[in-house]
Amino acid sequence: MASTIKREQTLDKLFSTITFSAAFLVLAIIVSIFASLFKESLTAIETFGFFGFISSTAWDPVREVFGAATTLYGTLVTTLLALAMAIPVSLGIAIFLTELCPKFLKPIFSTAIELLAAIPSIIYGMWGLFTFAPLMVEYVEPLLQDLFGPIPIIGQLFTGVPLGIDILTTSIILSIMITPFIASIVRDTFNLTPVQLKESAYGIGATRWEVIKDVIIPYSKAGIFGSVIIAMGRALGETMAVAFVLGNKHAIATSLFDASATITVTLANEFTEADSDLYLSALFYLALILLGMNFLLLAIAKTFLARKKKV
Amino acid sequence: MSDPIMTINNLNFYYQGDVHAVKNMSLEIRRNQITALIGPSGCGKTTFLRCFNRMHDLYPGHRYEGEIRYEGGNLLERKDITELRSRIGMVFQKPTPFPMSIFDNVAYGLKLKGIKNRAELTDRVEQALKQAALWEESKDRLKQSANSLSGGQQQRLVIARALAAEPDILLFDEPTSALDPVSTSKIEELMVQLKQDITLLIVTHNMQQAARISDRTAFMYMGELIEIDDTETMFTNPKQKLTEEYITGRFG
Repeated sequence: MASTIKREQTLDKLFSTITFSAAFLVLAIIVSIFASLFKESLTAIETFGFFGFISSTAWDPVREVFGAATTLYGTLVTTLLALAMAIPVSLGIAIFLTELCPKFLKPIFSTAIELLAAIPSIIYGMWGLFTFAPLMVEYVEPLLQDLFGPIPIIGQLFTGVPLGIDILTTSIILSIMITPFIASIVRDTFNLTPVQLKESAYGIGATRWEVIKDVIIPYSKAGIFGSVIIAMGRALGETMAVAFVLGNKHAIATSLFDASATITVTLANEFTEADSDLYLSALFYLALILLGMNFLLLAIAKTFLARKKKV
Repeated sequence: MSDPIMTINNLNFYYQGDVHAVKNMSLEIRRNQITALIGPSGCGKTTFLRCFNRMHDLYPGHRYEGEIRYEGGNLLERKDITELRSRIGMVFQKPTPFPMSIFDNVAYGLKLKGIKNRAELTDRVEQALKQAALWEESKDRLKQSANSLSGGQQQRLVIARALAAEPDILLFDEPTSALDPVSTSKIEELMVQLKQDITLLIVTHNMQQAARISDRTAFMYMGELIEIDDTETMFTNPKQKLTEEYITGRFG
């Protein structure tokens, strides 16, 4: 009897040790990635500092002067534009799927969205370069130029020769890539809105649109916010698709028709060319900044969601 | 004796195509009274209640037959459903505060009606909260989230929200079944007060509740109306054997 108890205790102990190790491994990997990136970046950090590095638009491998401003700018601009396009479309999809779609169509649309999320990013890149960019050059960009070009200030965004390999094309492709993430998470949170809550709103004379606007969306705020953060993380880190259609040009672009570069694309393209220690270190420094940005984003999302729960 | 605010004639209701949930019901709902609907689970009393504000219209596959006479027409044929729903309010089993402040919850129905004037809104919110006996507890925290209220307070808030729209009739679907006894008695007191101004219909599982607060009681069984009478008569001297068996707890 006593021996059985002893054996069970040992097994319990063993089991908890195994699970603890598995969980600890995750932490260890994160810390070691941070640490190794930091170590490799040290040379660049010492040479350029932090604010000096992120504010400098220089990227000159020949003279070995490096700054992160151009790639940070390219990363942020394409990501934010992609979000600006994807959020309204995704909300529309989620509203349609949860509130308006006839039952027999639901599985068809839901599967289509999941498939969209399953397309490998390299395929988005190829499709972007060979199919989508030519369409942009042929039809969309000249039209936009005609429409908005003459307007002061806004017109500046549409100057230059439309080549299709630019910020606009990249943002659109990124927005297509992140739409399924936002749409499916938002759809799930919409579905969590209690039926009685919706019926209460209908019950005092709200129309379908008013119920969506005043009850379902406010009730799902946390989920919407979370999905946007996840999508943003994905857009910030996207490499393959962007590499095909952004043009990898280190400059602060002022027109949507200008080529640009993001951190990820710079890393993918330039490691093979990095012929000096400082060049290599600057690339690691960029990677560290990207990781830091993603980390920060997650932290913001976590604290926001935690605060939301308390209310 | 008060006159009927609604007259139900041969009402039949089907959902999901062919489930016959309400069978050939005919009765009167009298003005400024509380009418209680009792009956075992699944007898169709909630389904019956939800006909009055056409809540079934939200879901496909429903069908009404017969007539509910209200305001000189058949309520079941009305096209202005949102207008109808603001005249016939509904309170559910669980409190359903909207994700907004206490004030905005009560003002919501008014804003839907297009009332934007701040002074008028403030006035009518105060009036509704007083009517729902929630004003004293909430007047200093109107800007706080409605979720900060207790369950019983939330239920009174929901009632205030319905009252703000100045309805004719309020439908209650087991309004106290999720509440503690103290909150329950407050809601019951409130309902008795409210009948001075409006007409109330309440679905309840709690027969003591029906006996305590209602003027008339209807007993439903398997989708049919078995009996309706003054509450006192129903609970002391029911005419149908089935009613007596249910009231004395022999089934259900």
